[in-house]
Formats: sequence, structure tokens, C-alpha cells
Amino acid sequence: MIHIKRLQEDGADVIAIIGEIDASSSIELDLAIAKSVGEGYEKILVDCSALEYISSAGLGVFMSYIDEFKDKKIAMVLYGMNDKVANTFQILGLDELLHIAKDKSEAKAMINELQV
Amino acid sequence: MNYKYRVGCSIENLKGVRDFIRKSLKAHHVPDLEISEMVLALDEMCSNLMIHAHHCNANDLFELRIIIDKDKPYIIFELVDDGTVFDINEFCEPSIDNIVHQKRKGGLGIRLVKSIMDKIEYKASQGQTVCRLTKNINK
Repeated sequence: MIHIKRLQEDGADVIAIIGEIDASSSIELDLAIAKSVGEGYEKILVDCSALEYISSAGLGVFMSYIDEFKDKKIAMVLYGMNDKVANTFQILGLDELLHIAKDKSEAKAMINELQV
Repeated sequence: MNYKYRVGCSIENLKGVRDFIRKSLKAHHVPDLEISEMVLALDEMCSNLMIHAHHCNANDLFELRIIIDKDKPYIIFELVDDGTVFDINEFCEPSIDNIVHQKRKGGLGIRLVKSIMDKIEYKASQGQTVCRLTKNINK
């Protein structure tokens, strides 16, 4: 139901989410982010271009890292969301709490600014 | 038109629930963005029921009904279950700030349901609990 791929690009860890994240699969997203943090990455890009659906379980994973990322000076930017997924973040105003970019190039520019 | 779907309380079945709702609403030309919001709200309600009332026991079944009347400007969803009642109207959901600071991974779902649905009602009937969610739609 969900596939997560990680690759490294310009010093950033790119986590690509493919498929649907719900209560049964959110743990995999959590593990991927935790791995990235554990390996010491300070720039995490989350490629949402193949993310078809996210429920509150997935939203909760992103929210749970906000404070930790502030403390550890880790920047995370999500990008490439389709309209339905973007709307899910907007319903609760989470787009104000997380860094969300339109595409990869905007995400890279944003993450470099956040790291300054 | 009424649609019914019986589902076992394993969270692995949530994908099937979402596909059933999408397919049923698409047949009535409900706009895509509205479908995706209703799917989201029902996914939350069903996962709550599976996890909290039935402890993910796949042998426990509940029924999801969708009631669509083309002359009515709303769609009704009913979750019919014989498990423990959990009235989300009586649940005071944590603030977003609390969720962030306490690193809680839950607590957002009920907030989503209340934001998306227009009415949430519960009634008991013949040993079963019916949770009825009403969503107004733009015709």
C-alpha cells in the first residue's frame, strides 16, 4: 500500500512517499524519518508527488517531529503534493506549521534558506 | 440510493473502505475534492472504531452505509456497530499546540471529522449503535 524510497541529493535526504498513508502504514513513514534523523541528516526533503492519500495518522507523524527538529536544527520541507493531499494539510491549518513547497526546486531553495 | 459495506475491524481494511466510498460517491458526480474530504472523515471514524472499540479484531464486523438522495443537498453516512459507543461530540480534542509539544501522533483525526462533517449524531437501536454523519454538498 505504501512504498518509501530514500536517496541523497546535495547533502539532503530525500524521502519519497509512494501510495497511501493511513493508520496501517503511517509507521513506515515514521521509521523513514527516524532513520534519516538517526543518520544525522539536517536537511530532509519529503517528495509527496506520488502520495495519493494521507490520513490524520500520517499528518500526526509530521507534527510529532516539529519540536525535535527545532531543537536539533533540522530542516524539513515537503513538496509536490496534489490538490487533495494539500487540502488535507490545509483543513487543520497544518500548512502553517510545516514547510511546504510546490516542487523540488522550490523545496531546495526553501531548505537552504531555513538552514541559514 | 443506498450503499452498504460490511467490514472486519482490521486496519488493513481501511483501503477497501476508502475505495468503496470513492466509487459510490463518484457514481453520483460528487466533486473530487469533496469526495476526498468525506473519504478522509470516514477513514478516521472507521479507524477509531476498529482500534478503540474492537482492538483491531478482524472477526468483529460493522456496517458502513451511504444514503444519497439526488433531491437532497446532503449525503448521509452511517456506521452501524454493536461495540462500545464513543461519542466524539463529547470528546474535547487537544489543541494543535498540545499535539506538537507533546509529540502526540493522535488527536488530529476527530478534529478533522468535526471540520469536514456538518452533523454528527448517535442513536441506539435494537442493541446496535448508529453513528450518523451528515455532509452538506454543493449541488
